[in-house]
Amino acid sequence: MAGIPHDHYEPKTGGEKWLHSRLPIVGLLYDTIMIPTPKNLNWMWIWGIVLTFCLALQIITGIVLVMHYVPHVDHAFASVEHIMRNVNGGHMIRYLHMNGASLFFFAVYLHIFRSLYYGSYKAPREVTWIIGMLIYLLMMGTAFMGYVLPWGQMSFWGATVITGLFGAIPFIGEPIQTWLLGGPAVDNATLTRFFSLHYLMPFIIAALVAVHIWAFHTTGNNNPTGVEVRRSSKAEAEKDTVSFWPYFVIKDLFALAVILAVFFAIVGFMPNYLGHPDNYIEANPLATPSHIVPEWYFLPFYAILRAFTADVWVVMFASWITGGIIDAKFFGVLAMFGAIAVMALAPWLDTSMVRSGRYRPMFKWWFWLLAVDFVVLTWVGAMPAEGIYPYIALIGSAYWFGYFLVILPMLGVLEKPLPQPETIEEDFEAHKAKSGGTTTVPNPAPAE
Amino acid sequence: MLKKTGIAALAALTLSTGGVFAAGADDWGHTEDIQFSFEGPFGSFDQAQLQRGLQVYTEICAACHGLKYVPLRTLSSETGPGFSMDEVRAYSEQNYEVYDEELDDYRAAKPTDHFPASNLENAPDLSLMAKKRAGFHGPYGTGINQLVKGMGGAEYIASLLTGYTGETKEEAGTTYYENTAYPGRWIAMAPPLYGEDVEYADGHSNDLHHEAEDVAAFLMWTAEPKMMDRKQAGLTGVLFLTVVSVLLYLTNKRIWAPIKKGKKSS
Repeated sequence: MAGIPHDHYEPKTGGEKWLHSRLPIVGLLYDTIMIPTPKNLNWMWIWGIVLTFCLALQIITGIVLVMHYVPHVDHAFASVEHIMRNVNGGHMIRYLHMNGASLFFFAVYLHIFRSLYYGSYKAPREVTWIIGMLIYLLMMGTAFMGYVLPWGQMSFWGATVITGLFGAIPFIGEPIQTWLLGGPAVDNATLTRFFSLHYLMPFIIAALVAVHIWAFHTTGNNNPTGVEVRRSSKAEAEKDTVSFWPYFVIKDLFALAVILAVFFAIVGFMPNYLGHPDNYIEANPLATPSHIVPEWYFLPFYAILRAFTADVWVVMFASWITGGIIDAKFFGVLAMFGAIAVMALAPWLDTSMVRSGRYRPMFKWWFWLLAVDFVVLTWVGAMPAEGIYPYIALIGSAYWFGYFLVILPMLGVLEKPLPQPETIEEDFEAHKAKSGGTTTVPNPAPAE
Repeated sequence: MLKKTGIAALAALTLSTGGVFAAGADDWGHTEDIQFSFEGPFGSFDQAQLQRGLQVYTEICAACHGLKYVPLRTLSSETGPGFSMDEVRAYSEQNYEVYDEELDDYRAAKPTDHFPASNLENAPDLSLMAKKRAGFHGPYGTGINQLVKGMGGAEYIASLLTGYTGETKEEAGTTYYENTAYPGRWIAMAPPLYGEDVEYADGHSNDLHHEAEDVAAFLMWTAEPKMMDRKQAGLTGVLFLTVVSVLLYLTNKRIWAPIKKGKKSS
């Protein structure tokens, strides 16, 4: 793809030319930061910056924590308390890291749902979407292993339950589980390998983030209309876009500052709200907590995992047709990973020719129902699997799969889309007029 | 239990009919909501209360329980009990003996040592007790009320110490005591406080509920000794980021003005 026509970096001084002919790094940075960006992007396009910040925050605070943490079953819990009590600023660094994970997932879920609503996953951005899904999977793995490191009760039992899922795979499950744990049960070997991988994986994520950015810098950003930037000439492209710097850098930084103010309030005033009290009890293989609950960001998929019990007819059918190889436990594991897989396949399941949900009257309703479904699954995932909750989880799980596997393919055929604007410029001008436009700007700035 | 889903759960609840979810809420004991001085963004520990709490801990709790993660020297913390170093030294020597590997013998504790661990195997360490128990779980187990009341760890401890009904039962040779705050109602710990168990030097009332609140506040400090520093850092961060937000908002408005003003391209 040719990309959006724009001015490229031209080395001017002798030194710049010398470097540019040997290593065009300044040009690369210039072209990255000056990329033409659709000027109608709304506030849902700020999460990329927030996520980049989160990755940096987690890596920096994590590197400091590693200086004081001891990855050993006898010392891990005490070393975290050492960080909380004796290391200068250690309590803040740890709380930032702990709550940083929550901010990371909060932002990634909004980022993903933004893409789902505005059809950012559709051609030609499928690769960006797939890379994003890989990043999300790695984030989940990293967060899960990180949660094991403090070696509290939830660390230990969460690790036991989640690695137990792999044990549900027929025939090869138990060897895989043993291989993951480094032994027959969660123990020191588990802790040390999780520690090693928890340190490694963020750097793989960072590399994938670079690829993610590379991919959408090749195709150009999507935007709320889903209409592509005009590319026949530079002059035309400039009517639809502004350069990323300074327009979106400043806008994104403003949003980041607001979000971080809230984040700091949580870290400063209620840092344990999103955590689990049981994780302040040192891991004890002999005492199982009464409720084992994963962190909030895993709950929707945990709900799907638990939804498919042996008395659900699809599970009975799967069990019958495979001669019992697929039992309820394995079915749940398949459903959990399947839930993410069907989301990753959205570019090929969505048959609509229209990209943005803004111009899809039926899609809108189903989309918001999916958003509600996600919240309900989050909530029910934390409830005990008894009474009414398994039924709610089952309905919620069914809708999740139904949305991607049935509704998205069918809507493309059934739905009559609304008229879309011809150009991004048209949309931008229309929104300006609606919000009062020029009259509300108090200080018209001098020309740049 | 699931204090984690927060606002998401709140949204979910508004969609649901209330009655369905009432089941299960009674598994938790009853925790009294006490107004501690350290609550809220601006709350701070009451130094006199922490010192009284230490006295209750030393004279009553320490008989069975320990505080193995708490270094004795931190008793001199200005944002904690605030004893002088001499007082800490005297307190350590008078009250605790620790095993010294170099001497291969027991010696009087020094400020550089930690509080001893529990004496009894089934008496849990109290260092983190105020953080490993949440007092508030509602409504309907969502934990949303923690946003208003706080986690309730200290409240749980105070409620537990005052929650004995006087009923006992025996099971498999162990005596259990009925307690309204304890999840499951029957606890193996005999009532440790009855009121007037200690004489406070400052003449403060030593009613049961005062003693319970004092030691609960002290245990909140042992669980979260850097709470004051944390709130200070949080407040600084919020104020700083608010100012930065305003500046960035104005900057953003200004740089976008020419773009929004007219058809730049025409």
